[in-house]
Amino acid sequence: MGKRIGVEVSIAAAEAVALANVDVIAAYPITPQTHIVEHLSELVADGHLDAEFIPVESEHSAMSCCIGSSAAGARTFTATSSQGYALMSEICYIASSMRLPIVMTVANRALSAPISIWNDHADLMMSRDTGWIQTIAENGQEVIDLTFHAFKVAEDHRVLLPVQVNLDGFTLSHMIEPMNMPDKAEVDAYLPPYKPVLRLDPSKPVTFGPVGMPDIYTEAKMAQDQALRNSKAVIIEAWKEFGDKFGRYYKPVETYKTEDAETIIISMGSISETAMTAVDHLRSQGKKVGLARIRLWRPFPGPELFDAVKGAKNLVVLDRAMNFSGGDSGIVAAEVKSILFDQNHHPNVRNFFVGLGGRDVTVQNFEEMVEKASTNGGKPVPYEIINVRE
Amino acid sequence: MGIAAEAIKDFKGFNLKNMPEVEPLSPGHRACQGCGEILALRQAMKALGNNVIVCSSTGCMEIVTSPFPQTAWNVPWIHVAFENTSAVVAGVEAAYKAMNRKGIINQPDVTFLAYGGDGSTADIGIQALSGAMERGHNFIYICLDNEAYMNTGIQRSSSTPWGAATTTSPVGKKSKGQSTWKKDMPGIAVAHNIPYVATASPAFPVDLMNKVKKASMIPGPAYLHFYSPCPTGWRCGGEESVAVARMAVQSKVFPLYEVIDGQYVLSRKVAKPKPVADYLKMQRRFRHLTETDIQMIQERIDADYAELLKKCGVEA
Repeated sequence: MGKRIGVEVSIAAAEAVALANVDVIAAYPITPQTHIVEHLSELVADGHLDAEFIPVESEHSAMSCCIGSSAAGARTFTATSSQGYALMSEICYIASSMRLPIVMTVANRALSAPISIWNDHADLMMSRDTGWIQTIAENGQEVIDLTFHAFKVAEDHRVLLPVQVNLDGFTLSHMIEPMNMPDKAEVDAYLPPYKPVLRLDPSKPVTFGPVGMPDIYTEAKMAQDQALRNSKAVIIEAWKEFGDKFGRYYKPVETYKTEDAETIIISMGSISETAMTAVDHLRSQGKKVGLARIRLWRPFPGPELFDAVKGAKNLVVLDRAMNFSGGDSGIVAAEVKSILFDQNHHPNVRNFFVGLGGRDVTVQNFEEMVEKASTNGGKPVPYEIINVRE
Repeated sequence: MGIAAEAIKDFKGFNLKNMPEVEPLSPGHRACQGCGEILALRQAMKALGNNVIVCSSTGCMEIVTSPFPQTAWNVPWIHVAFENTSAVVAGVEAAYKAMNRKGIINQPDVTFLAYGGDGSTADIGIQALSGAMERGHNFIYICLDNEAYMNTGIQRSSSTPWGAATTTSPVGKKSKGQSTWKKDMPGIAVAHNIPYVATASPAFPVDLMNKVKKASMIPGPAYLHFYSPCPTGWRCGGEESVAVARMAVQSKVFPLYEVIDGQYVLSRKVAKPKPVADYLKMQRRFRHLTETDIQMIQERIDADYAELLKKCGVEA
């Protein structure tokens, strides 16, 4: 039943990709994603992984190569971060529109300027409308498990969409953690070989990526939207099967001590572990605080998130990317408010921007945010950036 | 003997008696009348046959052959974006390599073709093309050079010749049209040390088809530069485009040659060249040029041709 390992999370991510028996990897180096593809190239160089490793000349070409490879029928992987993601983003839209089950790991990092190699969710939020399925890992174990899950979901004939697995750059990607790495037979049992519906094959010619005139474009986009919506059931089903096989069960929204909570923190990614520590600390002081963590970001799990937070009076919503709306909410908070709009229950929503460009977020910061959310009496307040130096 | 020379040493070639009847690029597309691009591409596809996967850049040839739900392609074809067809073909080629090796498929003989216009080749897509050539993927790249961005309305590219009027290099009180000389794309391909580079013209179809066939036989990257008249953008009659293409070769404006394993080989020596003025006069994009301008162009063309002869080891 697998084996217990203690390695850097990036290395574990690469090992998981190798265990998934990937055929083609096309990648360009960018911090903090580099360790993932470095290790994959080593596995290929040493003969441990039978795959083509294409060291492309840019992230734009990385995603373009992945589209060619996936359209040809090969199981395909890449990884990126930040500016690299921004460069490849044009092609990311095309990957999902062409319904190609590419899997990409994104080591989340801030966007320039000023240049920052450190973690926030600017790249994740920039990519939220690319039409990809997006999951977010909290720890190393989830990175491994979400990688297998990504291929499983992407290649399901009811889905056929690319999947992006996010992990926080450095604060998760470069940590050494204890994890359970499944063995090959277990992965093979969960993840059958990729069987494309259509592929580039001279014995059965098809045309990929034609011109869409105004009389067809809307229908094509509607079909794509429907595919993303329909994927949620398959995503949940694939997690259920994963749990039954591996004993680790996942769902779109994870909760921690929310049953009787008056104030619930809504977070994503590895920062949630600090949030849990803060919840424990506040609970020890008799304060009814809980945590709801979004694991599935696209398609957005609105009903699941509402169920998780509906009992609370106050919500503390964390945004980890500047989005420059000039309005009242960050992107995550706007999503949260949108699921409350049609409900009779309107908790007090306080939105905080934290951890931008790698700024440390402490247990004390969480306590400060919970205190602010609990004491403002339900008055609407625009978002607030935490930890700004005067 | 180099890789390319070895691969083509037994090549017999096409002639007017053994032209393939196959039409991977079928009639019924929507190209303009007299389009040199579609003509050249059709000839290339006839030479390649049906066991091929085609990756298209955004451009005229993508637009006119693929409006959904129709397609002019009888072979698998993919279009992704403007600047990345070389990266897409690299992915397809790598996928076939991996899947054949792993026993997932058994299709070892498929040819991989990428094509794009001059804007997509010499400008926006040059990075992806350079990357794919440098990494040595086994593919053919065809540049369909009509010397401007014709698909978007005749804007200048780095492959537009000096003096040509386009919508972004217009003729005006302070402008004679394009102010720079045509970028040497075949030379840039040669500088990548790939096994095969050639120029070809649809006015010389047998030569063009033989070069395409050779490119498909040679392992590694092959770069083909096709002269592709555009009556719409060059302001000439649709029925004149082949004549213009022929004149381009006869006036030394577009010489035909191969570079096999780095060795230049002249395809045909222009013994009695026609004046460049005769070529320029066939197209209204050059009509504003003065005698002095034309003389300067003639001198440049003569010098370039002399340089090419030297590279080919041919006496002037």
